[in-house]
Formats: sequence, structure tokens, C-alpha cells
Amino acid sequence: MIEISDITKTYGSGETAFQALSGVSFAVKDGEFLAIMGPSGSGKSTLMHILGCLDTPTSGTYRLDHKDVSLLSDEELAEIRKEKVGFVFQAFNLLPRTTVLRNVMLPLVYADVPKDARQRKAERALHAAGLSETHFTHRSNELSGGQIQRVAIARALVNDPTLILADEPTGNLDTKTGEIVLGTFQKLNREEGRTIILITHEYEVAQHAKRIITIRDGRIVSDSSAHEQRLTDAS
Amino acid sequence: MRFSDILLETNAALSANKVRSGLTILGIVIGIASVIAMVSIGQGAQANIQSSIQSLGSNLVEIMPGAQRGQGFQAFGGRGTAKTLTDADAQAILSQVSNITAMTEEVTGRYQITAKGTNTNTTVDGVTAAYPEVRNLEIDQGTFISDEQNQSLAKVAVLGPTTMQDLFGTDADPSAVIGQSIRVKNLTFKVIGVTKSKGGSGFANQDDEIYIPVLSAQRFLSGDQYLTSIDLEAASTDAMAQVQNDATSLLLARHNIADPTLADFSVLNQNDLISTVSAVTNTLTLLLASIAGISLIVGGIGIMNMMLTTVTERTREIGLRKAIGAKKSDITAQFLTEAIVLTLLGGVIGVALGSLISLVVKWSGILQTSISLMAVLLAFGVSAAIGILFGWYPARRAAGMNPIEALRYE
Repeated sequence: MIEISDITKTYGSGETAFQALSGVSFAVKDGEFLAIMGPSGSGKSTLMHILGCLDTPTSGTYRLDHKDVSLLSDEELAEIRKEKVGFVFQAFNLLPRTTVLRNVMLPLVYADVPKDARQRKAERALHAAGLSETHFTHRSNELSGGQIQRVAIARALVNDPTLILADEPTGNLDTKTGEIVLGTFQKLNREEGRTIILITHEYEVAQHAKRIITIRDGRIVSDSSAHEQRLTDAS
Repeated sequence: MRFSDILLETNAALSANKVRSGLTILGIVIGIASVIAMVSIGQGAQANIQSSIQSLGSNLVEIMPGAQRGQGFQAFGGRGTAKTLTDADAQAILSQVSNITAMTEEVTGRYQITAKGTNTNTTVDGVTAAYPEVRNLEIDQGTFISDEQNQSLAKVAVLGPTTMQDLFGTDADPSAVIGQSIRVKNLTFKVIGVTKSKGGSGFANQDDEIYIPVLSAQRFLSGDQYLTSIDLEAASTDAMAQVQNDATSLLLARHNIADPTLADFSVLNQNDLISTVSAVTNTLTLLLASIAGISLIVGGIGIMNMMLTTVTERTREIGLRKAIGAKKSDITAQFLTEAIVLTLLGGVIGVALGSLISLVVKWSGILQTSISLMAVLLAFGVSAAIGILFGWYPARRAAGMNPIEALRYE
């Protein structure tokens, strides 16, 4: 359950101050698959950082699972990320020369999960992300782009987070592989009820989500759920 | 993050860059190895010098004529020329000072010695029967001078092995030399014994000497009643200071000298000599070790350099780790452990290499080196400290990274 209300983010101060977000509010229910879409410079990356607890807003509140996380310290944010957020990056960011299993187990290392439970959890996440078992012991640099991104998805899943945050997950992939990865997200949302927020600048990618928020110049310009709401109200 | 996980990460990181890790370690290896080798060689030298001094006699207190200036060595300047000590002094010390186990008088001088067409110039030492005991001298062949021979002014001589070779040829058999004659100042002395080699060298070479009865030396060679030294053997090491002090005050009283600084003799305590020499060798060892220590610091800077490079190279990895929940302390621990493992590894190899150098020096017979546990522990302590010291800054830099910027780093 995510509620953000009237979030602003200002970089710098005085004359050079730049307002990346100016009053963004929306809520995401558990089990939603939301795409946040916008061109570069729209503030969607800033929003992603705040949603992922990598950064805090200048003003406004952010409630994650009913807990206000907008005023936490760096160390407290790290704690929240560890428990509640799973990241999938455009650049994959797997550890090189390290096996698939160890890559997926990495968040469990920081979460202090007992050793015997780690492999079991990692294998389950890899199955859920659709990677075949023959690749589990491969090194990350021996895999194709699509396989790598599914390893990254498994890594985001392994801790059972409240929210999976995918930042341009298909940006480094060709269209066909991108489709497969997006299909994986859809399946995770549909079959496992995972809450997924997809950040992208491409409409085709955003369309895989159930709900699309479009952002421009730091403001929400459209929200498909609100649109549907209006359509329902009108009829 | 568990310690076993940190070690696993460290192993993965270091083995990913084996050559670089190895070269970085090399700096520490050379530093630690040279510290160990230098200290062990220094201690070997010290032990060597101490044993040479010990071979001059055990618990030896030596009284020499001439004023004492500085720490002992100056007194040699007056030796043989100043004439202040007599047999009466020596007997008084022996009877009135406690804790003396043996005493010998000496009258030394350098003379030209001839024997069957060969000749040499060496020290002729007039001594008493107690000399072998006081000065740790052992007889190889024949006998040493007896009290009777001394009292009767016998013209007998005991040769040091080097002198024997000089006079009778390098392949001379000591037993065959007994009974031969040598001439000193146109007087004929009969050889009655040959001493065992003590392996000394330089100014204190006891192998290149001729011993004759002290009274014969006074009568026939120096021509006066004075002694060139009185050697005392104290009952124990602890008694040396007491023997030295008592002998000094007794002689001051006998010579009617009120001010000890004007004494016409000097009393040398073997312990003083050892501590003086030890102080010198300690200083030299310290000097060598500090030069080696500088290379350790250079090695440490090498570690810091590599760790900084590693942190920069792995910026994105650090960003990722922070994104998935690593705390500052986790990142610090990871990189600090890497640095400490590197330096400890260097420490282990360095101790092994340094010990090897020290053993090679020992086997080659140059010095009896000794590897001290202190030096090894110190080396480990220092290498771990260097790891912490030079690993801290790069580790904190890694931990302080902003995850957003780190993830974007190209």
C-alpha cells in the first residue's frame, strides 16, 4: 500500500534551484501494476528514487505500508529498502563473474537470512522469474540480456518486498526480449499478486501495465485509473 | 551482514584481480620481510658480539691502571703505560673484597718472538695460574703455568694457537711443539702448553698471545713491579657491581685518593661493556628496522591506492548493494576487510620470506641470526594496522557514496 501526497523535490537552492517534482499525489493499492510514464526530464526518475526510498522528498508525505518514510535517515531508508523494495535496473547491475544463485541471494545476505534458507528462497524466485534451472549455476556474464534481466527480477523478488520497482527494465534489450521480460512482470502481477511500478518513457512498454500515470515537468498530467473512474462516473 | 559472508565477498573480490592483488601485496611482503630479516640479523650480530665478550671471561671485572675517562674504551689509552697497580693491590683486593672466586694479575707487552728461524711480533702476557679460570681459557696440549713456576721465575711459555702457527708453521702439531724453545728479548722460554682456539679476532684476539709467569714477565721483560691489569672473577653476575664498587673504594683508599674522578686506575665491569655494545647494536637494529619500516609505509600507500581504484571501479556495485539494503557499516566492513586481508596475507608471506632470508644468513655461516617472536608478532600487528589505517579512507569513501549517483556512474 503506497500513498504519496503533495510530494515536491527541489534540487539546489536560491537562483539555481530546480524543482523536479511540484506536488505529486497518488495511491497504489497492493497487487497493482502501475506504469509511470514520461519523457526524460519529466521528474519520473526523481519520483522513482523517492518511491524506492533512495531519496527523500523536500516536502509532502510518503506512506509505505502505512509508515511515513519521507523523513527517515539514510540508515533507516536502507532498512526499508532491504525489507520492502525490490529494484530492477535498466543496466541490470548484476555482480560480474558471480553465479546466478549468488546474485539472487545477495539481498538475503544483507537481510541476515540464515544460510540454509537462502538457496531455497533464491531458487523459488528464479522459478517465478522464469529462468530455467540449467542456468542457476552459470556466471552472470555467461547469460543473454533477457536471462540477465530475469535474474535481476528474481533478485528483486527474493526478499518478498511490498513493491517491485523497475526502472526502464527493457531499455537495454531488443523488442522481442523486452516483450518476454514485460511478460514476466505481468505474470508475477497476475499469478503472485505482486505490486509492480514500472518506470518508462515508452508508451508501448507502459501499456503492459494495468494503470498508467503520465508525468511531465514534475506534475501528473494523466492517470488512467482516474480516467476510468471518470468514465465510470459519466455512464 | 555476517562475517562469513564478508569473507566470501572478500575472497571473490581479491581472486577476481589476482595479479593486481598480488602486486599490491608485494609492497607489504617486502616491508615485513625486511623488518623481520633486519631485526633477526641485528639480534644475531648482538648475540655474536655478546658471546665474544663473554668468551673473555665470565663475570669478569678488570682493573687497569690509568684514569677512567668516558665509558671504558678511553682507559685502554693508559694501559701498559701508566704504572699504578702492584701485586700488593691485587692481593689486598683478593683478601678484602668478598664474592671473588678467582683473581689473576697480568703484565702485558708486545715483543719480537723468535723460534728456529721464524719470528713474530705478538703480545706476551705475564699471568698467574688462575688465568685460565678467570678468562675462560682452555688448554689444548700440555699444561698451563703453575704457581710454583711463577714463584721460581721459570722461563716457560704457553702459546695461543695462532702464535704457534706463526712460529712453527701452519701445519704444526700442538703436541709436537711442547718442549720446543722460543726466544723473547734474547731469553729462552720453554713451551709447556698450547691453548685451545677461542675464535676471537681483532684487538681482543686471545689466540695470538704468549702466556708466561707474571713474576718472570716483571723480572725479565718489563723490569718493574707494576701490573698492567688485575682480572677478577665475581661469584655471580649479580655480585659484579658489588665487586666493582668494593675494589674501587679499596684501591682509592690504598692509593690515598679522595676524589673518585681522579682515580689513577679504572675498573671495567664486563656487564658495562656488554650493555654498551648492546646499546650500539640496538641502535643499529633500530636504524635498520626503521628503514625497513619506511618500505612498509610505502607498501601501505600501495594498498590504499589499490583500494581507492577498486572502490571507483566498483561504484555501481556499491550503488546496487546500497539499493538492496546494505548499510554504511556493511560497505565499510566489506572494503576494510579486503584491505586487512590483503595486508595480513602480505604479512604472512613477508614473515615467511624474512625468516627464509634470516635462515639463509644463518646457514651461510655469516651470523647466528635469531628470529624473535616479538618481531613476528610486531610484523603481524603492523600489517593489520596498516590494513586498517590505509583501508579506512577508501572504505569510508565507498560507504559514503550516494546510491543514486553510484548507480548512474559510468
